[in-house]
Amino acid sequence: MSIEKYKIVEGQVKVTYELALGRTWSHFYDCFKEGKIMGTRCRKCSRVLVPPRSFCPRCFEDMDEWVEVSDEGIIETWVYVNMPFFAQETKIPFISAQIRLDGCDSGFTHIVGGVDMSDLDKVRAAVKLGGRVKAVWSREKKGSIRDIEYFEPVK
Amino acid sequence: MGKSVAIIGTGQTRHGRRQDVCYPDLVKEAVEAALEDAGITLKDVDGVVLGTMPSMMEGVSSTHFYFAEAMGSVGKPVLKVETCGSTGQSIGHCGFFWASSGMADIVLVVGSEKMSEGDGQATMNTVFDPFFQRTFAAGAPGVFTMQSMEWMYRFKIPEDKGRDAAAMISVSNHDNAMDNPHAHIRTRVTMDDVKNARIITYPVRLLDVCPASDGACAVIFASGDKAKKICKKPAWIKGMGFRGEEFFYGESDKAIWMSATEAAKEAYSQAGIKDPLKELDVAEVYNPFTYQEMIFYECFGFCPRGKAPDYVLKGTFKKGGRLPCGPSGGTLCTNPIGATGLIRMAEAALQVTGKAGARQVEGAKLALSHAMGGVDQFNGVTILGSEQ
Repeated sequence: MSIEKYKIVEGQVKVTYELALGRTWSHFYDCFKEGKIMGTRCRKCSRVLVPPRSFCPRCFEDMDEWVEVSDEGIIETWVYVNMPFFAQETKIPFISAQIRLDGCDSGFTHIVGGVDMSDLDKVRAAVKLGGRVKAVWSREKKGSIRDIEYFEPVK
Repeated sequence: MGKSVAIIGTGQTRHGRRQDVCYPDLVKEAVEAALEDAGITLKDVDGVVLGTMPSMMEGVSSTHFYFAEAMGSVGKPVLKVETCGSTGQSIGHCGFFWASSGMADIVLVVGSEKMSEGDGQATMNTVFDPFFQRTFAAGAPGVFTMQSMEWMYRFKIPEDKGRDAAAMISVSNHDNAMDNPHAHIRTRVTMDDVKNARIITYPVRLLDVCPASDGACAVIFASGDKAKKICKKPAWIKGMGFRGEEFFYGESDKAIWMSATEAAKEAYSQAGIKDPLKELDVAEVYNPFTYQEMIFYECFGFCPRGKAPDYVLKGTFKKGGRLPCGPSGGTLCTNPIGATGLIRMAEAALQVTGKAGARQVEGAKLALSHAMGGVDQFNGVTILGSEQ
């Protein structure tokens, strides 16, 4: 059996989902719409987490105390992405980062912007590990992660 | 750790782009090779365990149904286990549990993936939550790069030193893959090739990153008594550890990486290993990314925290070094994800039984195998030895 070219069939599975944010994350995004970043505090270990949790992943205790955290913090780590990923709506190039917001005990995932992305050296000069950044809020807020456009290095 | 269990046979496909076979036929290729290696037939198999990545990878759900015949599981008990990239270690552990429990004498464990058929990084992006992190996700490269950046910053590793060490890891894995007839990527590269390759997610470049492969691996586990009866040179399971951590990246410290550290610690304690660098003869570390491989070296106690680049640069983990890592060419040169962690275990078994051919580490008696899964969330380690 000698075959020059093996046959392939193109396939696609398209499904629409309705994903429930639930009580805790619905409240988070309601507050986000008002320009506030809210975390929850663990009754036992006192850690404040953003995204908020309904229960502490380590203590398994309820986290029902809401705490407002700052929209400013430090870059724990970042990555410069200049390769397209399927269904990724964030346009490349972008800088994904973990930001430790003041008053919070976890890293918050968002993008760093307001810097010249045309050249990697310029990015490296502007974006520093341990550097401070502040949220730039969208003028029109819809209660989603994009209500913050990006975090901008504090000069 | 329960009654003793050994690996009595392993089989792998030729990995790469395999349009010459449909997915079940690819699986059968590995199963037949493992049966032949063990010198048994399907009649001898008491149960079958399968693992793959999420069904989105190839667009067929419940692959243990799809592969039932190819794995010879018709008329037998069958299980599917899935922990993303660490699947291969998880299914190996299940093979152990089953044979160790006394409920089965011989268990066939199969891991597979046919990544050329779908979009691997699209599948990876759906491992992130839909409300917070997925919006800024860049598949596996994005997250592994962030982790590597954090690690270098934490331990004040100069960028040039990290870059050189990562390039050296790429060169040595590519060299090693030349000795492995199953490997997907079989080309030599130079330090300059790696350092000048296209940027994927800065500072990670194309040759710092694994390929997307088609491939399957099958491993046959037997209870200790059975293994001694039917196998001249079994590879004994000496220790196993598996740990998970919080789902959200940012909630745990990925520069120290609890799950990798604790999984190894548990496996070492079962195997009675106190100084891994001294006692282990070879390691098959799950290394889809060069920079990340160095974090594993530290988590596994091969060197102190923050010192992996120094050890890499002095050749500790190269072929002929004190602890050769990835003599197969590793995940860096072959990554059919659902099979990859099991390939690490199969390669470790080949090493301690002296069956690794051109990639054999002379006289290897004790080997570590490992896999990592999710958004840096899971780690599994298995220690294999030549003695019971």
